[in-house]
Amino acid sequence: MSINRISNAFAKRTANNQSTFIAYMMAGDPDLAISRELLLGLPDAGADIVELGMPFSDPVAEGLTIQQAAQRSLLADTKMAGVLSLAKDFRKAHPDTPLILMGYANPVHHMGWQVFAKAAAKAGVDGMIIVDLPPEESDPFAKALTENDIALIRLIAPTTVGERLPKVLSGVSGFVYYVSVTGVTGDAVPDATEVANAVQNIKLHTDLPVAVGFGVRTPQTAQIIANCTDGVVVGSAIVATMHKTGVKAAFELVKKLADATHCKT
Amino acid sequence: MTKKYNSSYPDDHGRFGDFGGRYVPETLMPLVLELEQVWKKAKTDPAFIEQMDGYLKDYVGRPSAIYHAERLSEHFGGAKIWFKRDELNHTGAHKINNCLGQVLLAKRMGKTRVIAETGAGQHGVATATVAARFGLECVVFMGATDIERQKPNVFRMKLLGAKIVPVTSGTGTLKDAMNEALRDWVTNVDDTFYVIGTAAGPHPYPEMVRDLQSVIGREAREQILQREGRLPDACVACIGGGSNAIGLFYPFLDDKQVRLIGVEAAGKGLQTTKHAASLSGGKPGILHGNRTYLLQDDDGQIADAHSISAGLDYPGIGPEHSYLHDIGRVEYLSATDQEALDSFQLCTRLEGIIPALEPAHALARVGDLAKELGNNGLIVMNMCGRGDKDVFAVAGHLGIEI
Ligand SMILES: Cc1ncc(COP(=O)(O)O)c(C=O)c1O
Repeated sequence: MSINRISNAFAKRTANNQSTFIAYMMAGDPDLAISRELLLGLPDAGADIVELGMPFSDPVAEGLTIQQAAQRSLLADTKMAGVLSLAKDFRKAHPDTPLILMGYANPVHHMGWQVFAKAAAKAGVDGMIIVDLPPEESDPFAKALTENDIALIRLIAPTTVGERLPKVLSGVSGFVYYVSVTGVTGDAVPDATEVANAVQNIKLHTDLPVAVGFGVRTPQTAQIIANCTDGVVVGSAIVATMHKTGVKAAFELVKKLADATHCKT
Repeated sequence: MTKKYNSSYPDDHGRFGDFGGRYVPETLMPLVLELEQVWKKAKTDPAFIEQMDGYLKDYVGRPSAIYHAERLSEHFGGAKIWFKRDELNHTGAHKINNCLGQVLLAKRMGKTRVIAETGAGQHGVATATVAARFGLECVVFMGATDIERQKPNVFRMKLLGAKIVPVTSGTGTLKDAMNEALRDWVTNVDDTFYVIGTAAGPHPYPEMVRDLQSVIGREAREQILQREGRLPDACVACIGGGSNAIGLFYPFLDDKQVRLIGVEAAGKGLQTTKHAASLSGGKPGILHGNRTYLLQDDDGQIADAHSISAGLDYPGIGPEHSYLHDIGRVEYLSATDQEALDSFQLCTRLEGIIPALEPAHALARVGDLAKELGNNGLIVMNMCGRGDKDVFAVAGHLGIEI
């Protein structure tokens, strides 16, 4: 059921020759209640898939925007149980929209790979991205996720080349997440030609949809990237808007980003 | 024949039992795998070994002396105490043994820029020094709190041509500096070599740093055999991430009769939350590329460490120590801020050696051990750094204005 939810979301857009829009937000920023309002409203604002960030004290792949969001969330005393309760509420309100959790290994490891996978499945989570869990280290968690019908979504970086690419792609389910820049989230703007080449190369090795993220901040960039891939992920821009101007402004931005992503030229 | 410990770890996955590994974002994985190959080749390459030996001798000043701390031995009353004097190295600590190796490796890999994290500033100074010597661009990440308490080292690094990036996230200490260094590395993976300052991080760093620091233990073993005609009863070293300790211990691991004792920083006491003793007060977890004991809360968030010593103020420990702890080969004790301050002054007065606050922690446990072992006992303690960098901070703690 879970992994199908992801495939269906991509298939629906692909059937219309459109790209899929994936919105990222931080759970518990600025607190659980307000982040619930944002989370539950994202599908209606245009998000085809939602990625919910799990706050971590030491997020080494995040730029300042998401670092600070995680910090605010932890200051508001967000716990993993709170993140999972958000997921549960989301699933109740949106039976068909895929929900992906994204975060770092330690809080999950601390709960236990098995225990976490089971709890996430029960809360209605469809996919997991753990930034610091490369294929070399992911076996125990991958097994737990498979048993619970949750997709293990892996990051492919510009440095993932040669023999490593098919190796990293083996065992991926749901979709492939291509990191468009060597850098942290919200930093540099991706180069469209390089992204297009990389996505084509990935598609030689997998039939799964490929989504591109890191560094997409504006509807303009979203549209350019949408032209060469199956999905576009935007995180920092949404998190920053939410923080500076609030939930309503975040919805407006998501709508523009989603429209731009859906409008393949 | 029983399997020797030495050369058995890490395994092919970079693991020491259940600890270690390579928990890094995908962007870094190819580089980390390449580094593993490059290190494997370099460590047995006669040309590399000869190059290392040459610089260690002429530039660092090795071998460092072993010194009978007679008045301290007398003071404690009991075992004979020897200091392995790595504080006499160029730049004043053991850190340069490691930096030299990693910077030479960076040159081999064609990298033009090195980055480092630093707590006490000793690793930053050592990296900046070697980078200056070999003409590489150097950027050092240092917590804002540490910049304040290790001012002399900050200026030294600037003189050496390094760029210092103050890190304000978290508590502005070593862990946060390491986060920021990793972010830089992810961004500049093509031209940059990350010189990690302790025996932690993703494989092959724990192994590589251990190999490079083992020169301490190899020399000490030979020197004590020569001076005393036998192995010591115990080797003692302080532990931040564990590089000077593993460097001293490693060549003794298969000498079962030698007790190995690591001393963590107990800060304001292990019963408080203000300490940096990851083995005594932590649980296994994943941070900075490896699985190891970490100070963390009930939800797996990393806790802030505390120590008077910026070099020990880290919530983790190298993975090999976690393994040596679990198999019981090394004993891990701790010393508080106050005990370190007391030992700092005692050593200065009795031996005319101003120790860094880090080895002052080790010295605090050497006193008890000397009494326990008695008159026939022999102890080797790693005097891994000198205290020049700490005099301002110590004055502050003693309430003296200078
Ligand atoms: C003199 C000295 N000793 C010890 C340490 C702690 O590091 P490690 O445990 O890796 O030896 C430091 C770190 O800055 C240091 O400067």
